[in-house]
Amino acid sequence: MSRLDFEDVTVRYGHHTVLDRVSLTVPEGQIMGLVGESGSGKSTLARAAVGLAPLDGGRILLDGQPVRHRGRRRPIQMVFQDPFSSLDPRMSIGRSIAEALPDRLGRGPRAAEIARLVQLVHLDPDRAADAPSRLSGGQRQRVAIARALAGRPSVVLADEITSALDVSVQGAILNLVREMQRETGLTVLFISHNLAVVRYVATHVAVMAGGRIVEQGPTADVFANPASAYTRELLASIPGPA
Amino acid sequence: MVIQQAEVQQAVSRPRGRWWTFAGRRVRRLLISLWVLVTASFLMIQLVPGDPVRAALGTNAPPDLVASRRAQLGLDDPLLEQYLRYLGNLFTGDLGESILTQLPVADTIVQRLLGTLSLAVPAFLLTFAIAIPVGVAMAVATRRGRRRRAELSFVGTSIVLSSIPEFVVSVALVAVVAVNLGILPAAGRDGIGSFVLPVLALSIGPAAVMSRIVRVEMLAVLDADYVRTARSKRLSSLRINLRHALPNAVTATLTLSGIMFAAMVAGTVLVENVFAWPGLGSTIVSSIRSRDYPLVQGSVLVYGAIALLANTLVDVAVAALDPRSTIGDS
Amino acid sequence: MRRHWPQVLRTPVGIVGIALLTILLLLAVLAPLLWGDRATATDTGDILSGPSSQHWAGTDDLGRDIFFRTLVATRLSIVLTLLATALGVGLGLLLGLAPLLLPRRLGRIMVAFLNVLLGFPSLLMVLFLAVILGVSTSSAVLAIGVAIASPFARLVHTLGAGIAERDYVAAARISGVNPVRVIVRHVLPNVAEPLVVNATVTASSVLLAFGGLSFLGIGVQPPQYDWGRLMQDGLGSIYTNPLAALLPGIAFVVTGLAFNLTGEAAAGTFGAKSRSRSRWTSPAAPVTVRPSGSGDEEHARVADVLDVRDLHVSFPGPEGPISPVRGVSLTLRTGEAVGVVGESGSGKSMTALAVAQLLEEPGRVTAERLTFCETDLQAGARSDHDALLGTSLAVVFQDPMSSLNPVMRIGSQLVEAARRHQGLTRQEASDRAVDRLRAVHLADPERRARQHPHEFSGGMRQRTMIAMGLMGTPRLIVADEPTTALDMTVQRQVLDLLQETRRDHGTAILLISHDVSVVSSVCDRVLVMYAGRIVEDLPSADLRTKARHPYTRALIGAVPDMATDLDAPLTTIPGQPVDPRNVPDGCAYAARCPLATERCRQDDPVLVADAIGSVACWHADVALDVRIEEEAR
Repeated sequence: MSRLDFEDVTVRYGHHTVLDRVSLTVPEGQIMGLVGESGSGKSTLARAAVGLAPLDGGRILLDGQPVRHRGRRRPIQMVFQDPFSSLDPRMSIGRSIAEALPDRLGRGPRAAEIARLVQLVHLDPDRAADAPSRLSGGQRQRVAIARALAGRPSVVLADEITSALDVSVQGAILNLVREMQRETGLTVLFISHNLAVVRYVATHVAVMAGGRIVEQGPTADVFANPASAYTRELLASIPGPA
Repeated sequence: MVIQQAEVQQAVSRPRGRWWTFAGRRVRRLLISLWVLVTASFLMIQLVPGDPVRAALGTNAPPDLVASRRAQLGLDDPLLEQYLRYLGNLFTGDLGESILTQLPVADTIVQRLLGTLSLAVPAFLLTFAIAIPVGVAMAVATRRGRRRRAELSFVGTSIVLSSIPEFVVSVALVAVVAVNLGILPAAGRDGIGSFVLPVLALSIGPAAVMSRIVRVEMLAVLDADYVRTARSKRLSSLRINLRHALPNAVTATLTLSGIMFAAMVAGTVLVENVFAWPGLGSTIVSSIRSRDYPLVQGSVLVYGAIALLANTLVDVAVAALDPRSTIGDS
Repeated sequence: MRRHWPQVLRTPVGIVGIALLTILLLLAVLAPLLWGDRATATDTGDILSGPSSQHWAGTDDLGRDIFFRTLVATRLSIVLTLLATALGVGLGLLLGLAPLLLPRRLGRIMVAFLNVLLGFPSLLMVLFLAVILGVSTSSAVLAIGVAIASPFARLVHTLGAGIAERDYVAAARISGVNPVRVIVRHVLPNVAEPLVVNATVTASSVLLAFGGLSFLGIGVQPPQYDWGRLMQDGLGSIYTNPLAALLPGIAFVVTGLAFNLTGEAAAGTFGAKSRSRSRWTSPAAPVTVRPSGSGDEEHARVADVLDVRDLHVSFPGPEGPISPVRGVSLTLRTGEAVGVVGESGSGKSMTALAVAQLLEEPGRVTAERLTFCETDLQAGARSDHDALLGTSLAVVFQDPMSSLNPVMRIGSQLVEAARRHQGLTRQEASDRAVDRLRAVHLADPERRARQHPHEFSGGMRQRTMIAMGLMGTPRLIVADEPTTALDMTVQRQVLDLLQETRRDHGTAILLISHDVSVVSSVCDRVLVMYAGRIVEDLPSADLRTKARHPYTRALIGAVPDMATDLDAPLTTIPGQPVDPRNVPDGCAYAARCPLATERCRQDDPVLVADAIGSVACWHADVALDVRIEEEAR
């Protein structure tokens, strides 16, 4: 699929520098985890990649080409944290998904495509007509994933997509992310504050703190032999049996 | 405890001078608003359809009188020159002369303004004196679905009272108290008794609205986590309600008081009319009707400036009283 | 939005409002047709007379009937109100939505301009515009329309900007939907409800503004007349015929009420809809009382800090009480740390609140036994236990940002309980507060005590909550998700502090968390809750190896830890958690359980104690066997 490169990306809000010359490569066809604490800038990095946060410096490249944020075709899609805010309460989930389809389709093919996407995330295609209020948090997150896939992206950014979910649902969504990536070969940037979750889904990991990347590499290596003191501190903070 | 260092820094990094930043921004907005107000009031005379002087003096006025008044008002000079002169005069407190009476507008306004403020200020204080205790008491008594009937009758009464415009209240008060019962004067400013009806007329509606707002704020605060924390300390309910909940509910309410005061000052226009009260409100209306534009101009300027000043003062004062960091957001 | 209108009609307030509006609209249409002549007919022989059988509200200076004039004036008053409202609302929508479409800087300038306009009272704006536009009916409409546009625009902008920040709007933008379409499709429909409500209330203030202008003689001009004009005319004869001024006044009040009541009812309905999600409002299953947990009655030993037997929590619902906690029994010994885990809605937080005696009306707590430090908390009045609970029981809540009072200094919040319950002097109490802040490892506690909560970080606030508990001699800390809102490194510190407190003061800890790993890092014992019951109770060391309830095992398997097998999928739990309004017969977990049989669906399993712990499952033995088989493979 595609490789996503951040080159010296800087984002400021007023006088506050949120991203400070961040350079990061999300390898092609892999899931890269991005960990860090609140305020470290990890969400802003994702928002910058889809054009929701304007850059104050640097560039973001998709397969070596600058990412475009115009027109119907958007190769980078994003799934958000809060399942209760990520779907328009007044649109059926089918319409929400249809909105993200890049091509204008006739009624029949469109319905078929929506059904395909809904099934892809293991929901009953009959539910396409349902309003989001009839869905649980986990089901909404599935719809949000289907919507992201509807845009036929080459890269998907997942921003804390399980942290607002109940523990019992979290596992199912993580399974879905892994399965989806394996089947489609998508490039995924998986943002989470939870190291165990990142260890489970991601082959590569980058650690962010204070708007900078402090460490990156294959997940197993980074977690086994952390090079930076901050990563070591994060690993030491994981609660475990006393 | 090495890690805590970062945490401490994060918390301390909020500058102490935040209030000053806020006050500075608020004063800047005040200055811009004042400039808009001054310019608008200047343009008012220019925008009036036809010749303002002819309109004021009537169609039968001799042409040379009109011409001399025009010259006197400087209406024949280039616009920019007029504007600069207007600004310059403002700084010396000169608001021009009335076309009709030829008295200085500033003198008339100062004299009448005192009459208006002598209604608006007591009405403002009375509103809060009613709204805060009533709102707080109703919130405490009716929270969590208790005393549904009391809640319904309170909300109902308050909606009814706030639906009555101040001029209707004024007329009703005059009809009932002054005419029927004959206990208080129906019009004019004559002794302390003559203040009662206009002040009541001005404050009944706002008090009804305010007490409802106080109640809603108080209900929200009583459900806040920090009130639960206070209850977990098993403090007396008096202390929980008055020391923990009330200040939070009132700060939110006070934010609205600037707008309310401004509206109240404006509301005197109608009330003064009913009570034949010698204030700025009756002046502005009569000058609009008689097309005495310099007087209208001056009155609009003063009304607007009072509203703007009240808003700014309240905002800055609330920000100073409220130690929360949220003040920066407005 | 249309869907909700019928609901407006279900409240008495709404019915009155809509009925009044209908009558007024009918009057507006019919009155001029029916009584137009009688309202303009002059009777020079009967001028300025009081109420009589011919003229119910008397006559004016031309001998015209005031009653009929008031009725006929309905049309003009209402038509002008609606015109000016429509103008203001339309203009407001344009001005309010424009900043969302304009380039960022231009939008910001526009919002700043709106803010400046808002500083002026609308009556002043109306007067100003009335001067410029000249005194006439149409210029009054224009003036009022423009004057109400700015507050309405502000509302549109605030609401619209709120929606524009939603993730679904971001998602639409990311997938290339054009900005105008985003506004029309996503923003407008989601702000329509509050806007309709506000427009209704605005209409009532337009009515009054118009009335005010006419009353002042600068609105409607003769020979046209509206209620404001009629009031002004009537004011002159207030001594001879007060009704002449009061009747149009009553018309104002009735119309204003009609708009306001309709708006209130609509706001109530719309509001209630979004509120109902978080409250217990609908049908409930009858409370099934079952034999209490682990049998022996001699459980309450002297060393027990907390002894709870068969605890129920219920809330009134429209169709009978709803019980989020249905018979929980638990015991905590001195210095013991017990965790409670479960999904949201399992009743764990309610249990914590009930134990801490912080559940408020209309919630009801009943228990066979509820003993804290050998005191029966159910005996006597709540206030009888204030001193005990105020000094010996501490609580820490989930959200550190809202659990401290924002307008009080940290020091004052610490000292008040000690002053009330321990009778310390001001000086003693504040010395102790500083000492306690030091004990929870806050640097520079003297300065910290003088600060306000907003100067503290989340972790520092949770420490402060613990310090608050340490002002007395805490026997028990009830901590409800105390670290959920915190970063991982800060979470570690707060958990360490809880451990330290327990070690140094022998304080028992009841830790509620959704996170199994947090609980097992702090607690000796873990209680697993499902649908308001404890389904398993076991030592936390055995959680990963000896859990027998299928729900416990699924909970553990669903969450990856640093040792999870990367090649196997995580455990999933099918279906939804039980709705406390509709608890099924038999085992509440049966519908989601892979081991469920007919017996599970009919008979409710009881919590049975054995060597490992307690479990409420008919297949507890099977479950363990399956587990062992899995491990053998």
